[in-house]
Amino acid sequence: MSSTALRQPIEPAPRAQPTPALDIENLDVVYRTRGRDMQVLRGISFSIAPGESYGLVGESGCGKSTAALAALSALPRNGFVRGGSVRVAGQTLASLDATALRRLRAEQISMVYQDAGRALNPSLTIFRQMAEVFELLAQPADRAADLRALCTTMLNRVQISSPDRVLDAYPHQLSGGMLQRVIIAMALAKEPSLLVLDEPTTALDATVEAEVLDLVATLRREFSTAILFISHNIGVIERMCDRVGVLYAGSLVETGPTAQLLRRPMHPYTMRLLRCLPTPGRSKATARLDTIKGFLPPPGAIIPGCVFADRCDLADTICHTTPPPEHTIATHASRCHHWQRATEQPLTATETPIPTANHSHDIVLRGTNISKTFQIGTRSLHAVTDVSFSLREGETLGIVGESGSGKTTLARLLLGLLNPDPGSIIELAGQPAAGHAAARSQDQQKALQIVFQNPDSALNRSHTVRHLIGRALARLAGLSGATRTARLTELIHAVRLTDRHLGMRPRQLSGGLKQRVAIARAFAGNPKIVICDEPTSALDVSVQAAILNLLADLQARENTSYVFISHDLGVVRYLSDRIAVLYLGRIMEIGPAEAVFEGPHHPYTEALLSSIPTPFNESNTTQTTRIRLHGDIPSALNPPTGCVFHTRCPRKLGPICETTEPAPETINDHTIACHIPRNQLGKRP
Amino acid sequence: MSEAALPVLIEPTAKPNERLRAALTAPMFVIGATILTIWIACAILGPSLVPYNPYADDLMNTLAPPSAAHWFGTDQIGRDIFSRVVVGARSILSVAPLATLLGTLVGTTLGLITGYFGGIIDTAISRLIEVLLALPLIIVALLALVALGPSNTTVIIVIGLIFAPLIARTVRAAVLTERELDYVAAAQLRGESSLHIMFVEILPNVMGPILVETTVRLGYAIFTVASLSFLGFGIQPPSADWGLAISENYELITGGYWWTVTFDAVAIASLVVAVNLIADGIQGAIE
Repeated sequence: MSSTALRQPIEPAPRAQPTPALDIENLDVVYRTRGRDMQVLRGISFSIAPGESYGLVGESGCGKSTAALAALSALPRNGFVRGGSVRVAGQTLASLDATALRRLRAEQISMVYQDAGRALNPSLTIFRQMAEVFELLAQPADRAADLRALCTTMLNRVQISSPDRVLDAYPHQLSGGMLQRVIIAMALAKEPSLLVLDEPTTALDATVEAEVLDLVATLRREFSTAILFISHNIGVIERMCDRVGVLYAGSLVETGPTAQLLRRPMHPYTMRLLRCLPTPGRSKATARLDTIKGFLPPPGAIIPGCVFADRCDLADTICHTTPPPEHTIATHASRCHHWQRATEQPLTATETPIPTANHSHDIVLRGTNISKTFQIGTRSLHAVTDVSFSLREGETLGIVGESGSGKTTLARLLLGLLNPDPGSIIELAGQPAAGHAAARSQDQQKALQIVFQNPDSALNRSHTVRHLIGRALARLAGLSGATRTARLTELIHAVRLTDRHLGMRPRQLSGGLKQRVAIARAFAGNPKIVICDEPTSALDVSVQAAILNLLADLQARENTSYVFISHDLGVVRYLSDRIAVLYLGRIMEIGPAEAVFEGPHHPYTEALLSSIPTPFNESNTTQTTRIRLHGDIPSALNPPTGCVFHTRCPRKLGPICETTEPAPETINDHTIACHIPRNQLGKRP
Repeated sequence: MSEAALPVLIEPTAKPNERLRAALTAPMFVIGATILTIWIACAILGPSLVPYNPYADDLMNTLAPPSAAHWFGTDQIGRDIFSRVVVGARSILSVAPLATLLGTLVGTTLGLITGYFGGIIDTAISRLIEVLLALPLIIVALLALVALGPSNTTVIIVIGLIFAPLIARTVRAAVLTERELDYVAAAQLRGESSLHIMFVEILPNVMGPILVETTVRLGYAIFTVASLSFLGFGIQPPSADWGLAISENYELITGGYWWTVTFDAVAIASLVVAVNLIADGIQGAIE
């Protein structure tokens, strides 16, 4: 099977039964650390037929990436295959010598990584790097001109409209979405029999993600390449894959056709995972999110029975002692002793909704015409422009936008970590607040706290949990001695940590536990307002659910107001009472959460809503009406004239959009800045 | 609630203690540490260990080659070189570490201030540091010693202040990355003073680079102290000092009296190498 010549169809397999592009059988992989073998894959088996798309889904640490690396025979130096086999296009990887393996990788397997920016060499042009792919295929007649033609063709096929500009560019000159297209072009250039995509869109914005996924779907049909698609995002998997395997603790607990598996799971873990998602229609007012109790077993744990038994509500004695056999109905298989009852298990979270906070009409935070301009050399970057909003006691204002929309800048302005431009007004409980935190009164400093996105950065790694929270209590609540210790205990119990955690440093805690510490610290001084800057985006869905429940509980108890920033509309919808949609530093739309979700929408909101891959779409017909935004977000250094969205707007009216900035229009507390009359704007179907 | 009993999860991969142990048992580190320990023992116990009084001359037995009686031979006025080399460890091992310590304290403070505040403070101090770094180290030291008069205290202060800018530059670079982390913003938001943020929040997180830089500087300090003594501006005769001994005897090499300088030179070299091996070990443990 050599398909060296570009665009030549893959030679038909000699046998009638097509050889699977990837066939993994009973694969055991261990990582050897300090002389100890830690098992990370426990006898997983699956195969991918030519042209088929197979998804691996699971939370971090379940072994998804290890499975991908094993398929390429590229395990880290301390990783070893201890049992089973991997066959790519009929060749057993373990039996190949170094030369044959290199040849197989050069010709048959391609990989697309999560971070396109890191996968490319920053000091070589795109052309130089793409040409390497063809040079490796060792085609004799390749001269510079031919190479360039080949590269141009490939870029055209990934729908890059100006291939010449891209070929001469260096990676830093291109956007993330463009780089990922280049990587995909490079991966497909050799017409591989197997394409491995490891979280290919996780680092991209929702609208760009949707575009890249469409591209992969189109190319898959064109190239008839088998795809191994790895993602933690069930929505993406549902859109992209024919069949799916659910990995848990290195074990493939459930496999089957995607739609069937997601609609009628046969394993409790799959069921739980789906219930953790803040899917449309769920909000803190209706129900708590379901969570998965306990933790993933550490790598190398010796598990005599079912890998999920410790966290499963259905588990009984047999689950803890005997590994479950595979139960198969047609092509749908589950490794669970109680597979028939998988969907019947009770919710861990009680169905009681979270008591709602006592909304009063007191406005605790008001921003009027907040702007921030950064000077970069002689040019000015308008990060935030004329943002106005108000936040009532006990209410959550969700702020949504893609990267570069000014969400984080706005948070830092409100907190006083950045000085706003003159003319901006920030009022805390009716009192004007100084631009800089140090110049604010102590009450104002106490009133406004933050939970940062990344707890690794937000928690000082040299300090213990006791010191981290205790210091905040001393400064913000003015407590000392026994009262401080008492309040500290109360606070860590409120975020469901235990006394054992007090002596630990951040590196000894998992991501979710770290975020709990950060939340406890933010609540130390009984703040009026807590700004949550993407507090769950670094966490797995089951942990995210627990953190969202916690935030909702704390809000109900303390009557705290939140400014909740996220790029994930589902998460924002779950927690928010009001939502503001930001684009290039301007509010496109702001209003009650239901109104923003139900419409009429600003065209940008409409596109954002339709770009979110959500599982359980009741009918797949909505997928055909998905709105696509083309191109990248313009630079804030050089924002478009008129309406800033006109360059990407699918409903652009005409010249008026390019010349005049639309005035925000408010009807029933729902404000939209668009030239299109309100009654002609899109609504949720 | 299901989350009521959360098991304590300890990250299995990051175990700095394990890494530290691995670095501290690496052969190169062990060699360096052994050599340094021997010299420290000499510095502390020297006078009671040596076979001869290092200051007693013996004019009947000058420039004797190494022998069973005088392992390293004798010098121009018949003093036992072995005894002088052993005892000589004390002066260099008291002056060089103290100078390095002073340089580290001043340099760390400067680095924290320039890195944390940035802006005009950073520009002013950093330019000054660059000017100081542009001047040849030994010339500045000599000028200062001439002006202040040679003594151990002056040597410590002069070398310490010359090293401070170098350490400041390393610390500043480390602080610049730390300053951008959110825990600094969190501290500002609870109204902490700049002093608290610099010394309680940031300092513990930049101790690694400081430790490495200090050990590397110690190697240079040993060399500089020896050089100054050689030039006659450091430790004064008749003290037993390695640099001084080389200075007193180097003209004799051409006459074939190699033992008068070789052992002192080897002593300096071994100490510098030992300290650098330790510095490499520490760096390995931290990175």
